[in-house]
Amino acid sequence: MNQFQGQTLSWELKDGVIELALHRSPCNEIGSLTLGELERFASALERMQGDAHALIIYSRLQSGFCAGADLRELYHGAQGMERKAAARGVREFLERIHRVMNAIDSAPLTTIAALNGITFGGGFELALVCDLMIADKMARFCFPELRLGLIPGFGGIPRLKRDLGNAVVRDLLLTGRSFNATKAQQIGLVSQVVGEGESLKAARSTAVQLGKFDRHTAIAAKKFIKPIPYEELRKEIDIFCDLFTQPAVEAGLKKFVESTDAQPYLP
Amino acid sequence: MTDNNKKTLEEILNLAAAQFKVPREKLTPDDDFFKTLGIDSLQALDLLTRLEHHFNVELPDYELQGVSDFRTLASRIQARL
Repeated sequence: MNQFQGQTLSWELKDGVIELALHRSPCNEIGSLTLGELERFASALERMQGDAHALIIYSRLQSGFCAGADLRELYHGAQGMERKAAARGVREFLERIHRVMNAIDSAPLTTIAALNGITFGGGFELALVCDLMIADKMARFCFPELRLGLIPGFGGIPRLKRDLGNAVVRDLLLTGRSFNATKAQQIGLVSQVVGEGESLKAARSTAVQLGKFDRHTAIAAKKFIKPIPYEELRKEIDIFCDLFTQPAVEAGLKKFVESTDAQPYLP
Repeated sequence: MTDNNKKTLEEILNLAAAQFKVPREKLTPDDDFFKTLGIDSLQALDLLTRLEHHFNVELPDYELQGVSDFRTLASRIQARL
């Protein structure tokens, strides 16, 4: 299927470029509906990748690229459940999202995250599976999971470590602070910073350039330079599920979901 | 308040008024900007990013936690200039 219009996302393959658009209000939070559509995309990607040299992932929402996991769904879903049973449900969700993330990470085409606004938690992790990040100047990055008593669970730590090294991971993970696109470019995370609202246009222009190269060579180069840290990704799921049974998580989620604080995103 | 602090405060008030389309004269240094501007958490992060770009500084979120008036915000930014 070269084209799909879903409730949370849509995609289209045109002129060798697949564009995956996220459009679930308020900020593309990833819950079970988005996950289901991402799985459909991962299946379609296998079929489309022979006809494509590039994939662009972007948001149609001005609020941002993606604010991460749907914490409200996670909180309400776990209510009334025994902690271990809830953790089993979380593990199943994580196994599924990891399969999607791994499929995009290792896809034999060049992938670009075109970023704007909030790129937090699972949204940051989705961007991290892409080969290139192009951010507009208002993009903002953060791993806020520690305040929920958790670690990032969609593969963020192993991938950030793969791309940038441990010191950056520690800073972001342990302080939970957010930083802007300029800082992201300074530390080597983002390859291009463009004006507000211009990241998709820049990504499209980059995708045209990518199409000029021999595809077999581009695939070999990507495979050589971008190993998938499978072992650490597995470990991340185990640690996340172990932490999820702790009381701090329920308290952290409750605080977030019920907060009327104007700054719930600020750690 | 030093001249630099006053200048920083004035620039923040101008930027906030322009961004959130509030008449500049309606904003005062001791306003609670969450209430006066009526902004939510996503908009607060947007404002934070605009301030960082405008002043060319890095403002860790935790330094701004609990800060809700323009005057205190100006002093936190001034400390990083």
